[in-house]
Amino acid sequence: MGHDTQVQAKSKKQYEYDRHHNAVHMRKQVINFAIMIFLTFLAFAVVVADFSAYFIKPVILLLAGVQVVLQLYSFMHMDDKKASHMGVISTFVWFGAVIAFTMFLTFLTIIWW
Amino acid sequence: MEETKFTPQTWPDKPEQATMEGKNKFVGIWIFICSDITLFASVFATYLSLKDKGPAGMEFSAASLFELPLAFVMTMLLLTSSLTSVYAMYHLKNHNFKGVQIWMSITVLLGLGFLALEIYEFYHYVHLGFGYTQSAFSSAFFTLVGTHGLHVVIGLVWIVCLIVRNARRGLSLYNAPKYYAASIFWHFIDVIWVFIFTVVYLMGVLG
Repeated sequence: MGHDTQVQAKSKKQYEYDRHHNAVHMRKQVINFAIMIFLTFLAFAVVVADFSAYFIKPVILLLAGVQVVLQLYSFMHMDDKKASHMGVISTFVWFGAVIAFTMFLTFLTIIWW
Repeated sequence: MEETKFTPQTWPDKPEQATMEGKNKFVGIWIFICSDITLFASVFATYLSLKDKGPAGMEFSAASLFELPLAFVMTMLLLTSSLTSVYAMYHLKNHNFKGVQIWMSITVLLGLGFLALEIYEFYHYVHLGFGYTQSAFSSAFFTLVGTHGLHVVIGLVWIVCLIVRNARRGLSLYNAPKYYAASIFWHFIDVIWVFIFTVVYLMGVLG
């Protein structure tokens, strides 16, 4: 049945190990969150600091890219190679990104030239 | 099936993918997200092409309209709500249902805060005369940010339904994948917002 699985009681050691592992993983997530907040803050700060637009635009786009990859691979667990169908998922996501980029290119070049 | 009562000791390591149904939901939500990426790509591309475009002598431009403090607060609210849903998934893995419900509720509250600010922002623009049909720029802006706002509304309704419907059920392998899929969707809303605050607000203010 779709909702069935094997039920297995963990040994005390295994249980404690898994709990510890989950806690360590959660701490890593909080660090990732702190990095994302920092990147966001940096992006706003660069704009408020009023540098040349030719400098700011690539920098904040890069910061957004880094933050999105961090979000995908940590919060959305794309780093979890053991998750089911992760290969299919990564393929779809990155092809989605390629399609998105092509759309930007098409729309913007239609306007520019 | 869902009647199986689990304890933290018998709860599987990956409760969201322990069953066939869970595995299917996991890949299903991701394929939905990939189709959503193309939806947002098209509204983003449209916005970038039509930014600041409108009738001759239009008084509205991205640089004069957008204000960074509001966008900053909205970003912080949504980013924090992403973390709180990670906390909910941490408790899901530890078979702590109360933790899941509490953190999901905090996620909903932060999402509501974000939504309230977005409604205020739209109301403010319309009040200034920058309505949906004012110009190509205004249509493209409201379509892009509004599509994201619609996703926030759907995400909130989804999570509230989960919290209410499962309140007495407790955690099982039947509902764990549902919470997980909702949390993945919520993170995706944050991913889109990162591009919106960068491309629309930050680059908008630069002119």
